[in-house]
Formats: sequence, structure tokens, C-alpha cells
Amino acid sequence: MFAAARTSVLRSLRTQTQLCHTQSQTAWSRLASTLAVLEAKEGKLNIASLAAITAGTKLGGSITAFVAGSGGKTIAEEAGKAKGIEKVIYVDNAAYDKGLAENWAPLLVENIKKGGYTHVLTGHSAFGKNLMPRVAAMLDVQQISDITEIESEDVFVRPIYAGNAIMTVQSSDSTKVVTVRGTAFPAPETEGGSATVEEGTDPKAESPTEWVSEDLAKSDRPDLGSASKVVSGGRGLKSKEEFDRLMPPLADALGAAIGASRAAVDSGFADNSLQVGQTGKNVAPQLYLCAGISGAIQHLAGMKDSKVIAAINKDADAPIFQVADVGLVGDLFEKVPELTEKLKQ
Amino acid sequence: MSSLRILVPVKRVIDYAVKPRVNRAQTAVETANVKHSMNPFDELSIEEAVRLREKKTTPVEEIVAFSAGPAKSQDILRTAMAMGADRGIHVVVEEKDALEPLSVAKLLRKVVDENKSNLVILGKQSIDDDAGQTGGMLAGLLNWPQATQASKVTIEGENVTVVREVDGGVETLKTKLPMIITTDLRLNEPRYASLPNIMKAKKKKLDKKTLGDYGLDGDVRLKTVKVTEPPTRQAGVKVDDVDGMIGKLKELGAL
Repeated sequence: MFAAARTSVLRSLRTQTQLCHTQSQTAWSRLASTLAVLEAKEGKLNIASLAAITAGTKLGGSITAFVAGSGGKTIAEEAGKAKGIEKVIYVDNAAYDKGLAENWAPLLVENIKKGGYTHVLTGHSAFGKNLMPRVAAMLDVQQISDITEIESEDVFVRPIYAGNAIMTVQSSDSTKVVTVRGTAFPAPETEGGSATVEEGTDPKAESPTEWVSEDLAKSDRPDLGSASKVVSGGRGLKSKEEFDRLMPPLADALGAAIGASRAAVDSGFADNSLQVGQTGKNVAPQLYLCAGISGAIQHLAGMKDSKVIAAINKDADAPIFQVADVGLVGDLFEKVPELTEKLKQ
Repeated sequence: MSSLRILVPVKRVIDYAVKPRVNRAQTAVETANVKHSMNPFDELSIEEAVRLREKKTTPVEEIVAFSAGPAKSQDILRTAMAMGADRGIHVVVEEKDALEPLSVAKLLRKVVDENKSNLVILGKQSIDDDAGQTGGMLAGLLNWPQATQASKVTIEGENVTVVREVDGGVETLKTKLPMIITTDLRLNEPRYASLPNIMKAKKKKLDKKTLGDYGLDGDVRLKTVKVTEPPTRQAGVKVDDVDGMIGKLKELGAL
């Protein structure tokens, strides 16, 4: 009842105050109530998923976080320390450990309806991309994917055409289902918060899908999506042997994560999960240093928000030099080892 | 139900190699006189459907290509048929009335019912709106299992095993038909349509329909406030050697 009433209040506010936008925004903010869906794996919270909370704080209003999986309560207590959240709802059930959309979607829908949230936010990660459209359709909502900015309670900014255009949209849905770009909303402080922890509803939907196995690339390096420095290699590396010979030492010298272009991934030089670009990972590190990457539109989509871009390429006309802050025209087989040596000193 | 009736939705988008331009009124991306082609992920979907037929592990009764879009979307459907789809369905929607993923998913639910499809293979995202929603939404509406971002699909009888691309690697799922699959780049390498197949495709059946035929309207939930060019980066500098690069990076505070 309460949720329905709030929605209609929002609706009437919106129609009445369409002209005085800034004024009405504050009125909406007081009414916003956000559910930030967090990810956990093997009982551990994925810190990167806290970006949904940062985005939620831009909306004003209350923020409730949501976690599910085995050890749900412990995860909730950990999440509750993040600044900005009022409450964490948890569901403790091993059936949610693998993030299967088939049982997660009914779980979320039930808890969203119960809480009457105006906004549901989650990261635009593999988990969010897989799950949220299913949730949105069940709620009859047109989702807004991969937002980079929040202008008001119902106005969001997102890149389209591989980041070659920026679109601002206004949603008329009563519940906004949104995935957020992690690099655009840095995770909040993970200490100092004091959210209450509460158990959520578990509809215990059966999943017709069974999780069999996973094969994750293991690495001691920083996570590509959130690393402050990234070194990235492309087709110019010529082979997997050269990629493995040149890139890891450079990454180690900088304490950087390793990325790759699609060409390098397709040719088998690097693992798929390292792909940076429109269809791979989006990164926005302090430093993006790339070698042997020409700079195709699809690659630039994933890295052009980096603070500083440095490029080594033997082709002086490569499009990468149009976005690079520092460009070095030269043979990467000479320059990369030299750079690695000098950085070590 | 031991044979496959595959539905493959395809979308006509600006060619991936074209750099899109925002129109002067800042309302949309300029599409007039710009090269269009099939969304690259949808080519993978068609290819996968055709390969399932060629593998013969589970008989494929029919592959239907579908598109909702302006008159020219026909060309894309002909391409899909030249690659191996048996027939096409075209719901004509003017470019200015372009459908949102939720509407496309609702439309596809009707098309699935009408054609008794038991497998829908979609691209994981279209490279114009980059929403990546239609497949998951359709799965939600039908309450079917889903495997998104698939890089390997194995179907034996009603049992389906899919390897999907996730953050940090891959995972394997097992499920049953009917289901929804969305394709990732690593799934396959689409074939080129040969000239004889392009000629044959011209004779394949292509049904023209409207949203009204499916009892739907083009309900729009998101209003475009504006479309702008992304901020351009300041022109950088070229350095002569590695020392110059390190020096400049230090100056910029990146080291």
C-alpha cells in the first residue's frame, strides 16, 4: 500500500513541477529509496559492487543494500560497514552462491516489491548484466544500463555507440532498474558505517539451470576493472610468447593490471577476461599504458576515460595517438623492455 | 520435443567501423546516408543456429530470422537467410519509433508463441544502444532458463551445456530446453554468404508484419533528453624516447 502511494505521489509531483526542475528534484530526493544489489562470492563481498551504493547516494534518500548466498548474514555485516547505507537485507541460502538469474530474479522481485523501492541499482558487471534485464522484465520496467551519471531521480546519463555519443534519458517507470558503470562511481569507504542487518524474504524458486564449473584466470595482480594502473597489449605483440615475455614484467614494474585488445585476445595472446573495450571490460585507471594497440573505436570505448593514456606504437598515424597524452613512436620490442628496465630503477 | 525450432532476432545497426556523429539538434545520432549492417553479435547467433543444424546432434526443424525495424531491415533479414536461416519475419517499425528492449522482448514473446520456438539465440548486445537487455528480458517474460554471453553451446536432446564468459574467466552451466542464449564474440566465426546462397535467399519466405498484428504498441518508457558528443581529450604530446615518456608521465603525475 505504502509503496503504491509513494509512486503516485511521485507521479503527481512530476507532472506538477515539470517546469521547476531543480526545486522538484529535492522533493523527489526525500522520497527516493534505493536498493543496492551487491555481489558476493564464496562468502566474501565483492568490493567493486559497492559502486551501486555510491550511485545510490547521488539520488538522496535511503539506501538499503542486498546480499544473498551462503553465510549471508556475515556478508551483510561486512557490507553494513560501508558508509552510506541504512540497512542491509540478507538471504542466507547456498542456492544463490553462483548468481544464477533463474532463482535470483524471483528473489529480487519479491524483496523489491516488499520494500517498495523507487530505485534498484547494481554494477554493470557480468552478474548485473545477466540478472537485471530478467528482473526488469518481471517488474515491467525498461532498464537503464551502464549509467555514468545521475542527474536527478529520473534522469540518467549513459554512453551509447561504444562511447561515441552520450545519451541523457528520463525514465517514466515507477521503479527504476539501473546498472551502474563501476569506474564512474568509486566504491565508498568500507569502514565507519553502521547499517542495521535484517533478514529478507526467500521465495526459494527452483532453478532449472545448474551451475557446473568455472575456470577463472588466477593472478596476483590488481583486478583489471579497478586497478589504478593498467598496461595493455595488442596485435603488435605478434605472439602469446612475446605477450607473456614483455607485458608481465612491465606490469610488475608498475604494479599494474594487464589488459589486452580484442585482436590480442582473438589471436590467443591473452585470456578473454583481459579484453578491454566495448564488449570487454571498461577501465578508467590513473595510467593506461598500451603497446601495439592501434586504437579501434571498440577498444577506445573501454579505456578513453583513463586519466593518463600512454601509447607505444610504430605507426605514427595510429588512431591511439589521437587520445594518448604521451605517445612514443617506435618498435615495442625495443621500447617496452627498455621502459621496464628504467621503471625498475 | 526432441527437435530444435530456433528463433534468431537480428538488428540493423550502423556499421561497426563507422564513427557515429551526433546530429546538430542533439536529439540522436545521424543515421541518414550512413552505412548500416547486421549487428555483429547477431551474425554470431545466425552462425550458431546454422552450425547446430550442421552438427546434427539434435535435429533442427527450422531457423527463423526476425527483425523489428525500418523497411531496410529487410536487407539484414536477407543476409540472415543467405547465411542459412529458412525464413524471415519483419515487423516494420519506423526509425523514429524505434523500440526499447522491453518492447522488443514483449514482441519476441509473441513471436516465440506463434512459431513454437524452443530456442532463441540473440546477440548479447547491439552495438548502437549498448543496452544488453533483450535476451534477459525475454527469458524473464517467458520464464525460461537463460545463458548469456555464451562462448560454447552443446545441445544433446533437451540438455544444453553452455560455457559463458564472466568477469575473470568462464563458467559452465547445464540446463534444459526451451531456453534463451545470448552470444559472445568468442562463440564462433560467422561465415560469409556465398553468391549462390544470396540468390537463393531472395526466394525464401519473408513475412511482413506490424506491431498491431501482435497486439502491441510501441510503448516508450525512456524519453531521450539529449544526445551529445563525448568530451574530447586534449591533444597529447609525442616523445622521442623512453626517457621522454617516463619524464612526461612523472610530470602528469601518472608515475
